[in-house]
Amino acid sequence: MGEGLVRFENVGLRYGLGPEVLRDLSFQIEPFSFQFLTGPSGAGKTSLLRLLFLSLRPTRGLISVFSQDIATLSKDSLATLRRRIGIVFQEFRLLDHLTTYENVALPFRVMGKDEASYRGEVVELLHWVGLGHRMGALPPVLSGGEKQRAAIARAVISRPQLLLADEPTGNVDPNLAHRLLRLFIELNKSGTTVLIATHDINLMDQYDARRLVLHEGRIHVYD
Amino acid sequence: MTPGVSCCTRAGYMCTIEASMTDYRTDQDQNITTQQAMTGLPTLTESSIVPKRSIAGRALVAVIAIMSFLASLTTGAVLLVRSAAIDWQSDVAREITIQVRPTPGGDLEAEVARAVEIARAFPGIGEIRPYSKEESARLLEPWLGGGLALDELPVPRMIVVKLASSDGIDLAPLRKILTERVTGASLDDHHAWIERMRAMARTTILGGVGLLILMLAATVLSVIFATRGAMAANRPIIEVLHFIGAKNGFIANQFQRHFLVLGLEGGMIGGGLAMLLFSAANIAAGMSVGTAGGDQLAALFGAFALGIGGYVAIIVQIALIAVVTASSSRWTVDRTLEAVG
Repeated sequence: MGEGLVRFENVGLRYGLGPEVLRDLSFQIEPFSFQFLTGPSGAGKTSLLRLLFLSLRPTRGLISVFSQDIATLSKDSLATLRRRIGIVFQEFRLLDHLTTYENVALPFRVMGKDEASYRGEVVELLHWVGLGHRMGALPPVLSGGEKQRAAIARAVISRPQLLLADEPTGNVDPNLAHRLLRLFIELNKSGTTVLIATHDINLMDQYDARRLVLHEGRIHVYD
Repeated sequence: MTPGVSCCTRAGYMCTIEASMTDYRTDQDQNITTQQAMTGLPTLTESSIVPKRSIAGRALVAVIAIMSFLASLTTGAVLLVRSAAIDWQSDVAREITIQVRPTPGGDLEAEVARAVEIARAFPGIGEIRPYSKEESARLLEPWLGGGLALDELPVPRMIVVKLASSDGIDLAPLRKILTERVTGASLDDHHAWIERMRAMARTTILGGVGLLILMLAATVLSVIFATRGAMAANRPIIEVLHFIGAKNGFIANQFQRHFLVLGLEGGMIGGGLAMLLFSAANIAAGMSVGTAGGDQLAALFGAFALGIGGYVAIIVQIALIAVVTASSSRWTVDRTLEAVG
């Protein structure tokens, strides 16, 4: 088995003294690959995503991300590693008091970069995602589609190697969902590894990609 | 620079996005080149990551202002009472009384003059004021009425002696000389009064300090709980910052700085109002000198003057409250970060 971008070996997760919500997960995510993560509600998709974006540590097993064993990393090192992972949430998670521009620029600000060094890049990306005229708008006045595009722009602005999306089409109409899928596919073609967590069968049927299916805490991989 | 050219210089990343997002672009977007966007749009200034003017933030400032005001009033009042108590004690301690009782066949005026002479010659004595016959009659007037013929009554004469310093001198030799050389003379150093005054002053100060400790504890606790309440509204911000790779120190510093400013703002409003109130009371006390009420207040509390020390204590209190606010926010951020991973 090669190193992979992400490697899970016999990973188990439980919350407190409760039962294991994830059991014996062993799989890899290869660089430049595209996959869907699916499964019924309560199967553990969100928990697996939290493990993938280093927000949780497993109760057993090994998780290696970008060739680093996350069990051995400090909190600051995990934060640095997290900057190489872009995350898109179903509920967008934009900060309502910041403009669209500021929301998208946020990853650069937390890296401590000077605004002059990234301003052009953010403005350019906002134009490409069709939000050039909404740069000064606050999220509460954006439509659902605009919010999702802003959230995607924030996730990809720092050019992450791995892009994770949690039900990215859950709050948009089928037409917009199809176009967002195209965006993810194009990002993948440009070299970003993509994992989309969804239970939308129609969405998965639109693109022939690897599927990781979670069922009762166990994973089944369909290449 | 055209969009196509500019995007393709960015390692193909923007090209990719452009290809898939063409459908989204509005007419405005397609008409604006990146360069135009960067120069022709209003300045995109960066707001604070922590919202500056939230309802929770304003409520926190109000709570801090009220608690700071009350704590500052308590501090000021305790300092005033302490200073007044020390003044009363010092005034009494610096004064002694020589009493000369009339004796059958004796010359009271001559005995009083001798006593004054002896006292004046004693080291450490400042001002000496013997009460004349008329003054003694006036002292007794409230009890015995006017037109009093003192010659018919064995009324002793008082000599009020002020000591040069409050350090205390040994009065035993003076008492001995007076007893030996002045008939009917006795010396009262107000020892019993001083002890009672000292006990009262000590009790007053201890009570004040106790009250101040309770007030400060209440202030600190309310500030901690109000800060934690205000922080609850910021949990989504902490989570987003965490997920996009912000280090814990960065997140904590953002909130700590913001809440330090809120704490200072509330503290300065409350503490500042208290300082203004004390200054106004000081001015009012100065203006009421000479009136019965004013003199009574002055006797009890002095001139309502806090002094530099009092104002410094209130300023230190404001800083302490700001630090408590900032530390509470940091504590809450740390707990939240532990919860999110």
